[in-house]
This record gives sequence, structure tokens and C-alpha cells, in this order.
Amino acid sequence: MGFPHPSSPKETPVLSQYFGDAEARTVEGWRTRGGYQALETALRMEPAEIVNIVKESGLRGRGGAGFPTGIKWSFMKPGDGKPHYLCCNADESEPGTFKDREIMRWTPHALIEGCAIGAYAIGAETAYIYIRGEFTEPLRVMDKAVRDAYAAGILGENAMGSGKRVDVHVHKGAGAYICGEETALMNSLEGKRGNPRIKPPFPAVAGLFGKPTTINNVETLAAVPHILNRGAAWYKSMSLSNPKSAGTKLFSVCGNIAKPGNYEVVLGFPFKDFLYDVCGGPLPGRKFKAVIPGGSSVPIQTMAEAEATLMDYEGFIAQGSMLGSGGVIVLDDSQCMIKVIARLTRFYAHESCAQCTQCREGTAWVTRIMERIEAGSGTMQDLDTLLELSENMTGKTICVLSDSCAAPVVSGIQKFRDEFEAHITGKRCPMRTAVAA
Amino acid sequence: MKVDEMGGVNAPSSAPHGDEGHGHEENYEPVFTGAARAELDEILTRYPTKMAALLPALWIVQRERGWVSESSIAETAQALSLTPAYVKGVVTFYTMYHQHPVGKYFIQVCTTSPCGVCGAEGVRDAFLKHTGCGDLGVTSGDGKYTVIEVECLGACGFATPVMINEEFVESVTPAKVPEILKGLR
Repeated sequence: MGFPHPSSPKETPVLSQYFGDAEARTVEGWRTRGGYQALETALRMEPAEIVNIVKESGLRGRGGAGFPTGIKWSFMKPGDGKPHYLCCNADESEPGTFKDREIMRWTPHALIEGCAIGAYAIGAETAYIYIRGEFTEPLRVMDKAVRDAYAAGILGENAMGSGKRVDVHVHKGAGAYICGEETALMNSLEGKRGNPRIKPPFPAVAGLFGKPTTINNVETLAAVPHILNRGAAWYKSMSLSNPKSAGTKLFSVCGNIAKPGNYEVVLGFPFKDFLYDVCGGPLPGRKFKAVIPGGSSVPIQTMAEAEATLMDYEGFIAQGSMLGSGGVIVLDDSQCMIKVIARLTRFYAHESCAQCTQCREGTAWVTRIMERIEAGSGTMQDLDTLLELSENMTGKTICVLSDSCAAPVVSGIQKFRDEFEAHITGKRCPMRTAVAA
Repeated sequence: MKVDEMGGVNAPSSAPHGDEGHGHEENYEPVFTGAARAELDEILTRYPTKMAALLPALWIVQRERGWVSESSIAETAQALSLTPAYVKGVVTFYTMYHQHPVGKYFIQVCTTSPCGVCGAEGVRDAFLKHTGCGDLGVTSGDGKYTVIEVECLGACGFATPVMINEEFVESVTPAKVPEILKGLR
């Protein structure tokens, strides 16, 4: 539902059904809403059965990469004699994204249940929920929910009386965007600097503490109990576009739009309808100019592209961008694209862990050029330099932070070149006087 | 370097060393005694290595002392069988550990693009003006306020979010800033 706004009839609230409902935060409240039935059932199944159901459901990772969850789980080999771990990525730091925050604030037990089911399915006894340090309220809510779940016998050495051990721990981050990258998160959890690791080895082989590990996003794990309760076929049937994209997805909407907030729709929903109807359209007297639809790391869409998009993994790619995390940043005609992009590149320069030269130097260099153009001191040659730098920052580093910095720059120059040129030839921002007037 | 080797590489000296950069802490009182030590011991049970308790341990330090000093780094290193240099390397990686004392109210204004396009810079400037801080990262003369820009707080739909110590204030506009500050007194 469109928290904090009333739900739109066009939404399909599954994960967000109880957003804003304080009772759903308690163990008893969660139980009366059907909670913990899925875990109870799961603990009496064979782990492989659970993995198969999740595979059949078509659930794909909701954190950004969109990898099929059941297949990821099947990489964990049972009976290898090693401890296995589940990590839940609750480091939600991608600019424009704030959906996991609401899942944790309102339905903490949904996440605990998903983590416990996931851990059992991959042969792990321990799950760690890594929550970014700035999320003080979600941390408080999750801490309490975990304590309550232990007290109720849901977690611990005899989880729900099954004789099976399931531990869930909350781990607080300390301020670093890069810790949302899966291997950086594992390093951070181990008490190290959050530098991403070179892959391979992949986490399923050597992850947290060097042991086989699966890492899933909050939204992905929170969907699992629903799938077990209602069946893989139910989940798979929720698709408005193509069978590769199934289920519901939370979209966080922010920027210059009438009703910012979280909305849950079935994958394949028309983006035009979403922006203009579900989210209330532009602010009074304004027109939409561009959308960054999947968190700040994905290419910028023109409105023509956005309005032709079906909201799923394939649909955003077909229209020049990516689904990413589902963080929709809307920009209207009062915004200077150069300023927006320059501020994004500054974000990436600030957040680079500085391991790789292309990223450490590239993010800072791109930011200097972008800020120079914004200030009216850019040259036409700067545009070529930006594109060449971006090329050298893409696909050449340990993780994709560097690529993410290049994405808005390249798509910005391709799709809004006239604004770049206007800054350069006019030697100032043309918007600044327009807005002031 | 492997996790298990860290403790043995260069065992920390028993006495926490001085804190030349931020004032010498001659009478440093250890953090990890009594309840805080018991809290750390419970945290250690959650992980297969001591090192994994480092971020939580540093959070305890910051909660108790308001910042993470060189003396606290040395103490934390010793508590977890790590070296002070290693712990300092971790402290300096993360933005949320204060390496200097900060004002009583630590005010973080999100100015990343999603909030930026909703007027976050005006909110930042209003905080700088009304707190008397004047500039980012500077603590006001009365020791009450420190204002910084923060990168994406993850509350973009509630622009502009401002984090004051442990609390979020959402949908802040420049006009609301004096009222918010009045509420802190």
C-alpha cells in the first residue's frame, strides 16, 4: 500500500499489507495475521523441497541484480560438513530506495520469518541481518522483534518445537554505502573495512567467515513466507508482462512527484499509469522531465522511455534503464540535470572504498568535471573526457560502484546533451535564472 | 590477512596509549567494565570470531563516550585481541564513528540528489544559520550543535530527512528548522 498515503486500488499489497499497522509489529499480532505458519510448515519439510518451491515461484532478487532466488539457494550444498550462513542485506543505501526500511519498521516478523525459512532451506543455523547504522528506528524495531521471537520459542535451539536450531542476529552497520555490496557486507560483518572482495570465490563457496553463504535482500526474504503459505503457482501467476518477472514488487517513489512513498504492484505494471495515477502525477504547474527508475545507479530515462515501460526486470532494460532496487527518482522541469548528476557523482566519489584505481580516481575526476560544467566553466571537450572516463570506469573494477557512477553521466550526456551544451556555451546554468524569475 | 592470525601478529600493549591528536587522556576510564563488558561478552557469543564484534564494540564505545578516541581504540583492540592500528583502520572507514567530540546535538542533513531536488540545500543552510555553526562539521560555540551533510539516509520519500542524534525528523523544510531546534532545548 502507498504508505504514507492511502493505498491505491491499482496496488496489490502483499508485503505492504500491514504497513502502518502497529499491531503487526508484535509476535501475537503477526500470528493473528497468519504469521509464522509458513515457518512452522517449513521446519517440517525437507530443505530441498523449500528450495524447489521458491524456484518454481519465479521469485528473483529484489535488491538490484534480479538473480533467481531458488537457484541461488540451490548453490548451497547440503551435507558438506561446513557451517552455512544466511546474510540478509538490510543496508538499503541506494539513493532513492526506502522500501526495506518500511518492511522492517512495520513487519519485522515477516523478515525474521523469511530469514529463518531461508536459513533452514540452505542448511544454515545462523542468519545475520545487516542493517545500515543510520536506520535507528528499524534497528530498534528489529532488535525487539528478534528478542520477542526468541522469548516465544520461534528462534533458538528448538525453533518452534521442531528440534532444529535457527538463530537470527541483527548487526548494525556504521555508515558506508559500499557495504550494500554483498562481499563488502560480509567483510564489514566480520569486523573489517567494507572493501568488496574479488569473485570468485562466490559467497556460496566461501562467503561469511570463509564459509558457504547466501545473501538475500530484505524484500526477497520477506516474500518467502507468502510463497510457502499460498504456493508457488499463486506467486508465479502474478505477472502483467512476461513469465520471467513474477510476483509483486515494492517501488519507493521520491523526488518531484505529488505522492512520494512506497507502492506495491504486480511486476509488469505500466509505468505511465504508475507515475501519473498511482503516484498522483507531477506537482501542480510542473511537468515530469526524467526518471531514474531503479535507484541512482541505473541509467536515466527520458519521459518517452519511462511512459513506454512495463515495470519489470526486462521492461526497464527494453527502455534504456534497469529495475534495480525499485527506487524511483522523479525529476521535473524545474530541475537542472547537470546539478542532479553532479550531486550523484559526488555521492559515488564520497562512497568509493578506493580499492580500485578506476573507481577511486574516476569518481573524483568525473565529479570535478561535472561540478565545473555546472558552474559554467566547462568545455565541449569535457563531454568527451566524461564519456571516455566513464568507459574506463565500466566493467573494470572489483564491484560495480564505479559503473554506477558512470551510468547517470553517460545516460545524461546521451539523453540530455542540450542541457550540457547550454551550460558550456552560456557559461552558466540556464535553469538558475529561469527558476529565479 | 586471515581472521585468526590478527590477534597474534602484534599483541597490543597493556596500557592504552595517549591521545595526542585530541588531547591526552591521562585518566582514561575503560569502557568495557561492568554492564558494558557483559554486553560485549553477550555479543561475542553471536559470532565465530572475536573480530566480528568490532563494529558492535565501537558502537558501545560511542554510546558511552560520545566519540571514539585513540585511548578507546586501544582499549577496544585489547578487548578483542586486535591491534590498535587495525581498529583505527576500521574506525576511519566508516562515517558514523566520531573521531572527534561533536556537539550535544549531532545534526545530519541528507543532501543527496533525491532530497536535493526537493530543497535539501535550503534545509542544510537553515540549520547552519539557526544553530550558529556557520559551517559544516563545525561545532557551535556553546558546544550544542554540529551540522553535517550526510549521503542518502534512505528516507527519500520523506524529503528532507534530518537525523538528530538517534532520531529521524522527516519532511523538514527550512521554515520548520527554528521550531525543531526549539524542541531540542
